[in-house]
Amino acid sequence: MQTPAPFDYAKATSVADALALLDKHGEEARVIAGGHSLLPMMKLRLARPDALIDLNDIAELRGIRIEGNEIVVGAMVRHAEILSSAILAEHYPIFREAEHMIADPIVRNRGTVGGSMCQADPAADLSAVGSALKGTAVIQGAAGTRTVALRDFHEGPYETKVQAGEILTQVRYPIRPGAGSAYEKVERRAGDWAVASSGVFVVVSGGVVTDCGIGLTAVGADHYCAPAAEEFLIGKAPTEENLAAAAKIAGDSCNPVADQRGPADYKAHLAYELTLRALRRAARSSQGA
Amino acid sequence: MTALDEAPLSAAGNPIGFGRMHRKEDVRFLRGEGNYVDDVNLPGMLHSAILRSPYAHARIVSIDTSAALALPGVHAVITGETLAGLGLAWMPTLSYDTQAVLATDKVRFQGQEVAFVIADSRYIAKDALELIDVEYDALPAVVDAKKALDPGAPIIRDDKEGKTDNHIYDWEAGNKADTDAAFAAADVVVTEDILYPRVHPSPMETCGSVAHMDPVTGKLVLYTTTQAPHAHRTVYALVAGLPEHKIQVISPDIGGGFGNKVPIYPGYVCSIVGSIVTGKPVKWVEDRAENLMSTGFARDYHMNVSIASTKEGKILAVKVDVLADHGAFNGVAQPTNYPAGFFHIFTGSYDYPAAYCNVKAVYTNKAPGGVAYACSFRITEAVYAIERIVDCLAAELKMDSAELRLKNLLRPEQFPYTSPTGWEYDSGDYEKTMRVAMDIAGYDELRREQAEKRAKGEYMGIGISFFTEGVGAGPRKHMDILGLGMADGCDLRVHPTGKAQVRLSVQSQGQGHETTFAQIISHELGIPPEDIEVIHGDTDNTPFGLGTYGSRSTPVSGAAAALVGRKVRDKARLIAAAALECSPDDLEWELGRWFVKGDPTRGKTIQEIAFAAHGSLELPEGVEGHLDAQVVYNPPNLTYPYGCYICVVDVDPGTGQVKVRRFIAVDDCGTRINPMIVEGQVHGGLADGIGMALMEVIAFDEDGNNLGGSFMDYLLPTSMECPDWELGETVTPSPHHPIGAKGVGESATVGSPAAIVNAVIDAISPFGVRHADMPLTPANVWRAIQGRPVRTDMAVE
Amino acid sequence: MQVTITVNGVEHSRDIEPRMLLVHFIRDELLLRGTHWGCDTSNCGACTLWVDNEPVKSCTMLAVMADGKAIRTVEGLANGAELDPIQKGFMECHGLQCGFCTPGMMMTCRALLDGNPHPTEAEIREGISGNICRCTGYKNIVAAVQWAAENPATSEVTA
Repeated sequence: MQTPAPFDYAKATSVADALALLDKHGEEARVIAGGHSLLPMMKLRLARPDALIDLNDIAELRGIRIEGNEIVVGAMVRHAEILSSAILAEHYPIFREAEHMIADPIVRNRGTVGGSMCQADPAADLSAVGSALKGTAVIQGAAGTRTVALRDFHEGPYETKVQAGEILTQVRYPIRPGAGSAYEKVERRAGDWAVASSGVFVVVSGGVVTDCGIGLTAVGADHYCAPAAEEFLIGKAPTEENLAAAAKIAGDSCNPVADQRGPADYKAHLAYELTLRALRRAARSSQGA
Repeated sequence: MTALDEAPLSAAGNPIGFGRMHRKEDVRFLRGEGNYVDDVNLPGMLHSAILRSPYAHARIVSIDTSAALALPGVHAVITGETLAGLGLAWMPTLSYDTQAVLATDKVRFQGQEVAFVIADSRYIAKDALELIDVEYDALPAVVDAKKALDPGAPIIRDDKEGKTDNHIYDWEAGNKADTDAAFAAADVVVTEDILYPRVHPSPMETCGSVAHMDPVTGKLVLYTTTQAPHAHRTVYALVAGLPEHKIQVISPDIGGGFGNKVPIYPGYVCSIVGSIVTGKPVKWVEDRAENLMSTGFARDYHMNVSIASTKEGKILAVKVDVLADHGAFNGVAQPTNYPAGFFHIFTGSYDYPAAYCNVKAVYTNKAPGGVAYACSFRITEAVYAIERIVDCLAAELKMDSAELRLKNLLRPEQFPYTSPTGWEYDSGDYEKTMRVAMDIAGYDELRREQAEKRAKGEYMGIGISFFTEGVGAGPRKHMDILGLGMADGCDLRVHPTGKAQVRLSVQSQGQGHETTFAQIISHELGIPPEDIEVIHGDTDNTPFGLGTYGSRSTPVSGAAAALVGRKVRDKARLIAAAALECSPDDLEWELGRWFVKGDPTRGKTIQEIAFAAHGSLELPEGVEGHLDAQVVYNPPNLTYPYGCYICVVDVDPGTGQVKVRRFIAVDDCGTRINPMIVEGQVHGGLADGIGMALMEVIAFDEDGNNLGGSFMDYLLPTSMECPDWELGETVTPSPHHPIGAKGVGESATVGSPAAIVNAVIDAISPFGVRHADMPLTPANVWRAIQGRPVRTDMAVE
Repeated sequence: MQVTITVNGVEHSRDIEPRMLLVHFIRDELLLRGTHWGCDTSNCGACTLWVDNEPVKSCTMLAVMADGKAIRTVEGLANGAELDPIQKGFMECHGLQCGFCTPGMMMTCRALLDGNPHPTEAEIREGISGNICRCTGYKNIVAAVQWAAENPATSEVTA
């Protein structure tokens, strides 16, 4: 069996404690949440941190709650908690639809929102959901707390705005009354990473789209989103023709790479096809259907 | 008695003979008390790890192990050079080729074994691997089998004197002239390039061993993941020059085999050498990446298949050209006289006079293997080829694929049937089986539904596969592995109190031998199955035999068990006659008891006879005491199980996703000893079919990097992709098997992929698609619909 | 590092390296060999056990992360001589063949039933989708869970 190289380990009891431990253990220390991305890399010895700071016992990083006009999700909230959250189900069915297709039920018991966002895998589902919903990340460091729009959170594959010595503590999603949302994903098999996914929210009011967000994953979309397609749709009626045109813009904005999940032309097609399907459902849902 | 008769129940509620019963082996597994190789812990045991090549093809310039050796906790580092000093750097394969144990000159596939570290723990052993410094001189790799014989292709096996190309063998079967003539005269000829891509058996337990060479007694005890403990013992004796009577191979509980645990792997040999070098027990257990990248793969057959028929759909002839990719060493595990296994059974279940195939095998810079994954020695490839091309013919003729099959199936009166390539099918009533399957499926209704859906732009597909297998290798005059004839021994002892132990050479990897073999003895002697212990998996305590693979346990060892039971029964008759003071000829057998003809009250139960056999009863001249017997069973022929499978799929043309909605499997494996276990074997094989048809593949990029080296990349089917299997059965006993049973362990793996692929192609046939290669991933299906299918054995571009 | 972990109701203290995987702690330190491993990458579920009543894949968790927690393994399923209903269901329905995935699979199924005593077939199939079985094709595992749902208390199983 694969085994990691040696490292030091410390269990943090609070965010302040975690930041102090990160400072103490230096640049080659990493925080560990669910561990389902980091530990396999360490077992392959592709990642070899000097120290792991365990965030699993930090109560203040848990919980899903409403604060003002936002839903606040703690960084250590597990995938399984997102799946079963009544708050998220009420406001954004996109979460449940996406979570049903993230890894498998056992992995979802450990994997966390923060871990997924910070791993920044180009095929991560929650990154697409976060970009679709135009959420914000709350990052805490020795110098204090700052917020970053999720659409600016990722610097590229496996890179985020979280600097050495900092921790992602929360992800916040604005509540949009009347929004419909949906997630569409193609995977080769249950539990596989996405071949392509599209997640959207749409607010239809007075017969036109007044707000929308389109998130995409595994298709090389900048910051997991398709802003030009969103702009196109604003102010237009959610007709099949308009939704298809928006989906086409989304598909054209992607830059997928071929891998064993599929060739680039297929993934680009999926970006279009899945966006269209998600837009249809979200628009219907926003109109109370 | 056949399986159709109801067996009486024992006091514990089990059938005394054939029928459904809970498995005797279950409780230990349910309690977590199984004993797999990685569960074996010996006093003072050391651990190990293998350094593997990152390159597909490279010359080894130097290996520096000094830093690894200096790591605290490391006991030894063994390289090819160490082994060469012992004459063990190379070992024979099961196909009379050689394979490097640890590379000396070159590495020839990514993941090949280069060095072996022995340490106090598996963690330290893995740490030490990082400290071994190997300098490689990278060479161009031969990845595409179609280019292996190109002029100027790199020579992979330059270790073989005078080798100037990558050719292994050419082999042919059937009658070329007759076949060519039939093709020339045919109304319709259909040809298709059909790839059966490289897949991997991937049992949930990886391969491993714990070797203990006792420095005092010179006895080697090897706990190892082997499906063939006796064959392995002999091979170790031949490879290492160890005296065979001082080798004990113990195959404890095996966490799935599927052919993955038939070959001998370098890791096993290294653990033995490691124990000799250190004087301590050494455990080697590979991780999953090692399992996927270096141990026996399956298939990798590039087939050009042609079928000739009349315009009415009467098949006249079939021919197949195969390019077989064997990897860097010809490590195929199969009978000596059959380098392409039993592929030439490709004529299938149909009645036509002419067939011909030729198989050209080549070396590539990939892991060795080829025969594995429940393939019945390449019948998987054969069934896929014929069942796919029959569907292509149906498309060409615009004929329903069921109708075309029914028109050509062999008829009951043709059995025993000699096929155009020389097989003698033992028994069958094919049309009956196909009709049962069509009834369960509601075939006509499905076709109506399909037509309605097509009119609405929905793409539903119905796929049929009718397969004939040949299993139970095999008659020793034709079949051996490395010179070892494929006959199996079986020993039976009935103890004084009437409880029995039966000793087998075959080894279960989940097939339930501890139950079914007890049922066979129970059927013959009337001893309740709960009173019969099955002993297997330990060469010191079981008779010689070739092991469990190719669905041979029931056809060969099952026959041996029935016959050893009968031998004991015959002996019991003599003893009963002595006890009853009558002639043996006056006795009649009923289950569990000999009694005097015409006077059923005078008799002796098998338990009474067992005690008498061990007691003071005066035995007749020539009858030894005790109640036991031995047999060695040499099968007169293979058994030929068959079946009809029907798959129903829905395809989303916008995404290429395939949903398997229904799967109907009607198997005829002759007598069913324990129907519950038979059905379980079929279920598992059907899931294999889902895997191969839709997701499993080991592809390589142009540098020879393995693209299926983890379960994130090599996808196995989950509960979500498998439908609720619908099973049916017909029972046509084998005429030559003592209890009429045929093997069934691989039927579903062999038969199901074609049904699934046929269903998908049927679904997307309105787009003009006639064939696409496995695995039919969403991307592949979508591209096939676009008319631009991908090549599935290479990196996707 | 010193850790104290309660396994099947018994507290165990050990001094271990931080890098020790939980599955190795269970198998090699406590010699509970019923928990297997099959893939290294948290895909197969053979190593599934419970940490504080939740099934997790123990090949992808460090033993030090389980410090102070309560673990249940397959060895803790039966109540002495009495098998748990899920164990009986696997036997009744032939839900196991080679037995290698079985402990992890049963730990997942037991948790599934604890959270949802009467699951539909679809819920069972999703619930076990992180546990790979190579032998059974899953049909009889689904049946085993259904059997256990229908026979939650004591039932006779014949061996």
